[in-house]
Amino acid sequence: MSSSEPNSPNQEYDSLYAKRKEIYPREVHGIFASWRVAMVALTLGLYYILPWINWGEGRQALLFDLPNRKFNIFMLTLWPQDLIYLSALLIISALALFLFTTVGGRLWCGYACPQTVWTEVFLWIERKIEGSRPQQMKLAKSPWNMNKIIKKGGKHVIWILFSLWTGFTFVGYFTPIRELMHAVPTWDMGPWESFWIFFYGFATYGNAGWLREQVCIYMCPYARFQSVMFDDNTLIISYDEKRGDPRGTRKRGSDKPTDKGDCIDCSLCVQACPTGIDIRDGLQYQCIACAACIDACDDVMKKMDYDPGLIRYTTLNEISGKGLHIFRPRVYLYTTILIGLILAMSWSLYTRIPVSLDVNRDRNILYREANNGDLENVFKLKIMNQDSKPHKFVITMEGLPGSVLDPDEKEITAASGETANTLVRVRASEDVIKDRSTNITIKVTAIDDEKLTDEEDARFLAPADWFR
Amino acid sequence: MPEYDLMSDFTSPFWAWYIFIIVAGSIIWLFYLLMTQNKEKRNTDIKPTGHKWDENLEELNTPLPRWWLQLFYATNIFAVGYLILYPGLAVFDGVLGWSSVGAYNEEMEAADKKFGEQYVNYLKQDVAELAKNKDALTTGSRLFSTYCTQCHGSDAGGGPGFPNLRDGDWLYGGDVAQIKQTIATGRQAAMPGWGAVLGKDGVKNVTAYVMSLSGKKTAGDLDAGKEKFQQLCVACHGADAQGNIALGAPNLTDQTWLYGGSRRSIEKSVADGRNGRMPAFGDFLGEGKVHLLTAYVYSLSVDN
Repeated sequence: MSSSEPNSPNQEYDSLYAKRKEIYPREVHGIFASWRVAMVALTLGLYYILPWINWGEGRQALLFDLPNRKFNIFMLTLWPQDLIYLSALLIISALALFLFTTVGGRLWCGYACPQTVWTEVFLWIERKIEGSRPQQMKLAKSPWNMNKIIKKGGKHVIWILFSLWTGFTFVGYFTPIRELMHAVPTWDMGPWESFWIFFYGFATYGNAGWLREQVCIYMCPYARFQSVMFDDNTLIISYDEKRGDPRGTRKRGSDKPTDKGDCIDCSLCVQACPTGIDIRDGLQYQCIACAACIDACDDVMKKMDYDPGLIRYTTLNEISGKGLHIFRPRVYLYTTILIGLILAMSWSLYTRIPVSLDVNRDRNILYREANNGDLENVFKLKIMNQDSKPHKFVITMEGLPGSVLDPDEKEITAASGETANTLVRVRASEDVIKDRSTNITIKVTAIDDEKLTDEEDARFLAPADWFR
Repeated sequence: MPEYDLMSDFTSPFWAWYIFIIVAGSIIWLFYLLMTQNKEKRNTDIKPTGHKWDENLEELNTPLPRWWLQLFYATNIFAVGYLILYPGLAVFDGVLGWSSVGAYNEEMEAADKKFGEQYVNYLKQDVAELAKNKDALTTGSRLFSTYCTQCHGSDAGGGPGFPNLRDGDWLYGGDVAQIKQTIATGRQAAMPGWGAVLGKDGVKNVTAYVMSLSGKKTAGDLDAGKEKFQQLCVACHGADAQGNIALGAPNLTDQTWLYGGSRRSIEKSVADGRNGRMPAFGDFLGEGKVHLLTAYVYSLSVDN
């Protein structure tokens, strides 16, 4: 990528920093462009519609309620204690990325990445207002007149409105979106809500409107580390050098020249590229595998009456004549682990019991003697009701026969989402205590639903010198 | 220029100037670097750096995008703006006048404003009334967890040397006023050690007598013990050994033992004395919190 400015002979120094080369991707039509439009519709459709869906009565189906520390995910309500599921989800996502990248290369970059998807929408708006690639280039070169001001200004206004809507939707995942909708016209949002609406609006506008391929080339860590998941059997987008070279222009409809390959050097693949590379130079890290060059080239091949696929999805092995090997040990391994993890997480979520107990020994004293000589241990209990309705709980204890459980409250009420704090004393006489430390289990059970239960181990401590 | 008092970590203005020179110098130096080091001598083509891996993987010397350089400038300009607004140069307090002490005070004031009204409200109410108010007791129990559990235990059940507050047995009296006084001004017990006066046998005999008062038997001459008791102990514990609330002298005829009811513990109390101390919380917590804590502690023994 020699993008440094042309050197003038009287200049003694070169800048170490290159001015950005403007890119005006040519609009393409074809099978892969249609796939991308479908993916844009799917991902952005989900993004903008999901927060408006309700689950049950007036409860937003997807709401990450940070102030109340609970996540509503359709029928599930997750609490900070369930963070393990987030880790599991991230691990599953990472493995899915490994699998897809190993088989299909940068599928994520080309079809699903927010940077690609939103840029696609921004490009569409740009084309609607400024016209095709040549028209855009012409407008950029033209002096500032009324036409240019209206077109450029209009484009940015629409971009900004769309970005603000994006920011608003994003905040709608964290603040009930219907309340937010009523707050916005009267400027009644909280300070953080306003901040994040504008922050995400600005990020959308800046990334999809201005930075575009710069994000993929200079900022995205994924673009750089995914090459470790590639091997010679990974799908890449490649120009078939054996078939295409030597390149050369020719008249349409004339016979295929004997001294030239199939590439007619029309440069449409370069014009279509959103990151400004020439795919014919081989596999490059800037390539986001969007397949725009395939669509552009296939179109030309069709017009020339040549076979399609001069630029195509292929593998390094296939293009060098060693054949296509999609199913290989690595793929089987990733698939097995991925399915296993998905099953394990689903099972765990399905059997999850929405109550949790935390037992803490009193920090003041290990044990104390009651007036009648019995030994007493004090435990602080935290009972978290993660169910969607209130429950009353009873506490039981086992592990030290002959001991007495003396709770502060016989029944503990905890509202939905509430953590109820209570204390229990465990009392035992000298002759039933067999060791300086006895393992006991404290258990809470909802009175109205005995399946709603959790237990935790604790230890009953006695003076060490009793057992010396 | 901030003033330097003796409580400050740095008592000499030298350090302020030291910081100023490093910070200001660094920023100027960075600007200088950015302006002078962004180009290199004529170099017609992008040539590889010479690093090579895996036979043919070359590292190119591709120029960075120019907006990176602009970001470097932007961060430096941000730093200058920040140092104008906030204290960071040590010799200059910043236009906004922000300080960590000021921020702390502001938050404390905001909290006082938010919660103070509630405490004033509670202060107007009688303790016996508050002891039935669930919200007040919840707040009280949180205060108790913060300030009292370290000695009295999470459940207020006490421990060796620290009284049980749930059992209705009070060293200094269980009236509302007495509890409040205990919390606000603290208590200092003064049981002297009698080991030197009584001698080993004397301690043993007095212990035997004291234990007999609550119906426990142990080796020792009860008559000799009783005689010494009448001489030395009645001044505080009373002739009937029922104790004295004014002095915090415990009742020796019941089953409650602050330091343990075994022979060893009582012998130690007699021989070495006990000087339990309840710290004063009045000035530290303020009237409102003491009032609420009184209600909470009072409610504990009323329930039981």
